[in-house]
Amino acid sequence: MKENTYLRGLKNGLAIGLGYLSVSFGFGITAVGKGLSGLEAILISMTNLTSAGQLAGITVIAACGSVLELMLTQLIINLRYCLMGLALTQKLDNSFSTLHRLFISFGITDEIFAVASAEKGSLNRRFMYGLITLPYIGWALGTTLGAFAGQILPESVCSALGIAIYSMFIAIIIPDTKTEKGVLLAVILSSALSCIFYFVPWFSWLPQGFAIIICAVLVSAVLAYFFPKNFEEEEA
Amino acid sequence: MTNFFIYLLAMAGVTYLIRMLPFTFMRKKIKSVFIRSFLYYVPYAVLGAMTFPYIFYSTGNVITASAGAACALVLAYFNRSLITVAVCSSVIAFITGLLI
Repeated sequence: MKENTYLRGLKNGLAIGLGYLSVSFGFGITAVGKGLSGLEAILISMTNLTSAGQLAGITVIAACGSVLELMLTQLIINLRYCLMGLALTQKLDNSFSTLHRLFISFGITDEIFAVASAEKGSLNRRFMYGLITLPYIGWALGTTLGAFAGQILPESVCSALGIAIYSMFIAIIIPDTKTEKGVLLAVILSSALSCIFYFVPWFSWLPQGFAIIICAVLVSAVLAYFFPKNFEEEEA
Repeated sequence: MTNFFIYLLAMAGVTYLIRMLPFTFMRKKIKSVFIRSFLYYVPYAVLGAMTFPYIFYSTGNVITASAGAACALVLAYFNRSLITVAVCSSVIAFITGLLI
């Protein structure tokens, strides 16, 4: 194999990096708006690299919540990375020593996971390092710009940017729904269930993080039972 | 600031452990088709549940957000890249905000 897999990883990570730049820009604005300093917002982004978890985290910090509450929030909202990491281990080639696994696991995010799992065949560690590089830079840089430049931009621009992260999620899930009935059903069912949790008053006690976990586990289990995926063709 | 570093450590520590433990210590190939299928569907289910209905409240105005979401759905259906979908839907939400 002569192809430079690191460069290919970089290329595949470019879109994610640019997306993160705009999303973390919004995070920077929000964090400073909640009373954190610019430096604090940047440190959080550089050590956490997770949109939903960070947003929930700064909400707890701004309210001077307990450390236990903060840790529990992170555990629940980010528990999906555990499942994603588990899924990725099934595709790793033998270039992953324990040390590399320790580093690369830091970069498991929704989008990086999505791109890595869409990769045909097994995953190489150079590809993974390449894939993580630009999203990490974009995430840290976007937060920095948002934290220090957010005040200059008009409110209308800042609020319009709030949709960017969700649109990116849509861009990840929609294309596969066209070719796979199971994926289409997974997206429809879990979106519907999430809306039920959100709109039905009886569920209002349920924190958003818990609701997402329930949706994910329930829907994935039902789909795995009725639409088991055929893995034979990929391995051939 | 000292208080902040305790928060930071707690947040980053939990998040890293969740990612690191299964990724580093799981060395077996999972044989069960059910578990592998389950793991395959998880990201779609997670992202679906995180996007709906929250996307409609992401801009602080349901009308501008709906316009942006419609734009995202159409572009994603035609396989546009992540960045194209994200930027165009933000622009549509912004323009809609100017019109209403």
